[in-house]
Amino acid sequence: MSAAGTPHVVMRGVVRRYAGPPSVHALGPIDLELSRGEFFSVVGPSGCGKSTLLDALCGLARPSDGEVEFEGRLLRGEVPEGIGVVFQEDSSLAWLDVRQNIAFGLRRSGLPKAEIAARVEHAIAFMGLQHFAGHYPAQLSGGMRQRVCIARTLVLRPRLILLDEPFGALDQQTRLLMGDELLRLWRETGATVLLITHALDEAAMLSDRVGVMSARPGRFIDLVETGWPRTRDSRIVSDPHFGTLTARLWSSLRTESMKTLGRVA
Amino acid sequence: MSRGRAVLLVRLALLAGLVALLEALCRLGVIDPLAILPPSEMAAAMIARLASGDLDEGMVQTFSTIAIAFALAVALGTLAGAVLQRRPRLRAVIDPLLASYYSVPTFIFYPLLVALFALGKTPLVILGMMSATPAVIISTLAGLDGVPPVLLKLARAQRLGPVRTLWWIVLPQAMPRLFGGFRLALSYALIGVIAGEFLLSGTGLGYAISFAYQSFDNRAMYGAMLFVLLAAVAANGLLSLWEARLARRRMRT
Repeated sequence: MSAAGTPHVVMRGVVRRYAGPPSVHALGPIDLELSRGEFFSVVGPSGCGKSTLLDALCGLARPSDGEVEFEGRLLRGEVPEGIGVVFQEDSSLAWLDVRQNIAFGLRRSGLPKAEIAARVEHAIAFMGLQHFAGHYPAQLSGGMRQRVCIARTLVLRPRLILLDEPFGALDQQTRLLMGDELLRLWRETGATVLLITHALDEAAMLSDRVGVMSARPGRFIDLVETGWPRTRDSRIVSDPHFGTLTARLWSSLRTESMKTLGRVA
Repeated sequence: MSRGRAVLLVRLALLAGLVALLEALCRLGVIDPLAILPPSEMAAAMIARLASGDLDEGMVQTFSTIAIAFALAVALGTLAGAVLQRRPRLRAVIDPLLASYYSVPTFIFYPLLVALFALGKTPLVILGMMSATPAVIISTLAGLDGVPPVLLKLARAQRLGPVRTLWWIVLPQAMPRLFGGFRLALSYALIGVIAGEFLLSGTGLGYAISFAYQSFDNRAMYGAMLFVLLAAVAANGLLSLWEARLARRRMRT
């Protein structure tokens, strides 16, 4: 399964099994190519291996079979430079304020202090955190903490950004607004983005392509090209095509979700 | 007035009330002043002993012993806790022993330690350390268990090595629980050392209290006792303030 353009990321026959007993075949085989600068989302039923896919894609987990290539280099169980990950759970550091949290990833970068400060201030402004730079995570809402985590990834200037359901804990309105911010970030950085989400509307609104996964062991059963322009934002939810896309995604996913619930379609 | 400040004021008023009650009972003869001195006389005796300098040597001896025992307990306890946390099978064996350790009166080992190391600082340091280390091990285990897996994933995603992961993520995250253990360890080290000095040593504040007791010198005994009590409360209070400062950042809403 390939998108147009030079592949930025390639997954070939990636399988992930967990040793037992009982052993679990969690993922794959997965074959996927992401083009440089593409926004790709992954949807699938609960427990289908979406997060496992992300872990394998960034090098946090070694595939049991198959291989992952990033910018032409094989991953060997380590996250290479150039990949930034935002997790589903709150990973803000409680003992650091917002500014220190965002600068955290640059501690070992070897960059001059002025450059670090400039990047951090830019990320703070970009994520709309100017009035909270001196606040600690406990003083922030869940959405703002997630913005801090995104900003912390952003200052590293990753060429591939992986997001594992980053808006999972947010209400619908905040999700839409965070989606707009994510699209702005994607356009301005030119990074390739892979978003794991369980929200079909989110995937349909944000992505160039959406990969629909089967129930466990997760495989791609459908790839949907959205055809949205690069300058899109959350207002496209009123476009009739948005409804068509979401319906297509649900149609692909419904049977798999029923399997997860133990029901025959 | 904030709720915290109000609670503090009520607590101080309660303590002041108890001291005033004891003072009144002693002055009115309800409590035999030969058995318990009025608090004001205890304070006067303490000040007199401190001013005379006759506690100086004991203070140096006791506080240095406690400091060494505490430092060793923190170092060994943190290390042991970290090792146990990484070795679940070993931990399964050790855990019940740790839980039952507090029922062991460690003072009973003092004669054995004296036989092994002779009278002096070493057996007291070991006694203090034996009393304090389990609290550090238990708090280290609790602290490390409480590090969310996502932070360890973050460390890997940020390409941090094991040492940086420990210093930059694991220890700061676990610090509040570690600090609780350190505070307990200081109390246990103090109890172990003072009790050891009281029972068998020939130096230190514990010995000063014991010597005054055996000489029927109530003023000297209560003066030294009050000083030990205040020193223990002050040390604990300092650690509590530090702990509260660390916690405040995390709890602010």
